[in-house]
Amino acid sequence: MADAVDPAVPGRRRRRKASGRRSPVQVVVQVIGELLITLGLVALLFVGWELWWTNIESNQKQEEALTSLFEEFELPAAAPSASPEANSGEKNNDDAEPPVLDKPEYGETFAVVYVPRFGEDHARPVTSGVGVDVLDSLGLGHYPGTQMPGEVGNFAVAGHRQTHGQVLDLIHTLVPGDKIYVQTKDGYYTYTFRNNQIVMPDRVDVIAPVPTKPEAEPTERYLTMTACNPRYGATERIIAYAVMESWQPMSEGPPAEIAERVAEYAAAPAGSGS
Amino acid sequence: MYGWIFRHLPGPLWVRIIVSILLIAGAVLLLLQFVFPWLSQFNPLTDSTIGTIE
Repeated sequence: MADAVDPAVPGRRRRRKASGRRSPVQVVVQVIGELLITLGLVALLFVGWELWWTNIESNQKQEEALTSLFEEFELPAAAPSASPEANSGEKNNDDAEPPVLDKPEYGETFAVVYVPRFGEDHARPVTSGVGVDVLDSLGLGHYPGTQMPGEVGNFAVAGHRQTHGQVLDLIHTLVPGDKIYVQTKDGYYTYTFRNNQIVMPDRVDVIAPVPTKPEAEPTERYLTMTACNPRYGATERIIAYAVMESWQPMSEGPPAEIAERVAEYAAAPAGSGS
Repeated sequence: MYGWIFRHLPGPLWVRIIVSILLIAGAVLLLLQFVFPWLSQFNPLTDSTIGTIE
């Protein structure tokens, strides 16, 4: 009864009953509201996609790239130590000039990087180029202007940290002395991690032939990896520097630390990832 | 808006529920397959490269 005293309430009731539908303003407000809720859900879905699904998808593509790259490799069929050729040849290749691949075309996968510190089963393909099409699906991207594995200068690669396979997620856990192995069709290059550095994104000099010294003439063979920093952000870049220590041709077999992993890939029939 | 769409779907209630689930699944699939991969390149939080070399 108290309601009836309020003139607004019966009036509104009457209007709603009379028209039987909402006013245009109400309809517009409701549609905008529903669209905003949808946008919020889509944004959540995007976060889930970026942080979770891209890893599954990209890992699968990288496994495929690795498998097809291994088909191109001419791995010794027998156990490397049993091969007389490997033993009669130079055991130590430190003095010999390491072979250097020709510059691959953009988008061509040409090497495998093994970082045991990132996990026993760590193996990632390296593809020429650092465009989103390479980095988002094929793992490590090689800066086209930089040198090739084994070449005097800087072999520089970039990789994602949280998304698209989390290629370099554990880059901050590298300890000086850690080995980083690079495998191409010519053989295995062993790099030793020296230090990392956190820089601003515009520091192009970290991928110079002598890292951070653009004018210097290189005498050493460097490996530089770049990733975003901090984790889950990209206001800075984290750079890991390594120097080549030794190399060995494919016929000598892989270095002991990665032998198991290499054998796994060599034996894996196409399409079966681990 | 969604209420309007739901009311205008043909068939009895259970058909309309199934059709709306399919519509939502289709929209999600479109987003995952095409929209998000395209959108991802504008996400500054995943840029791991140095400089502006692209």
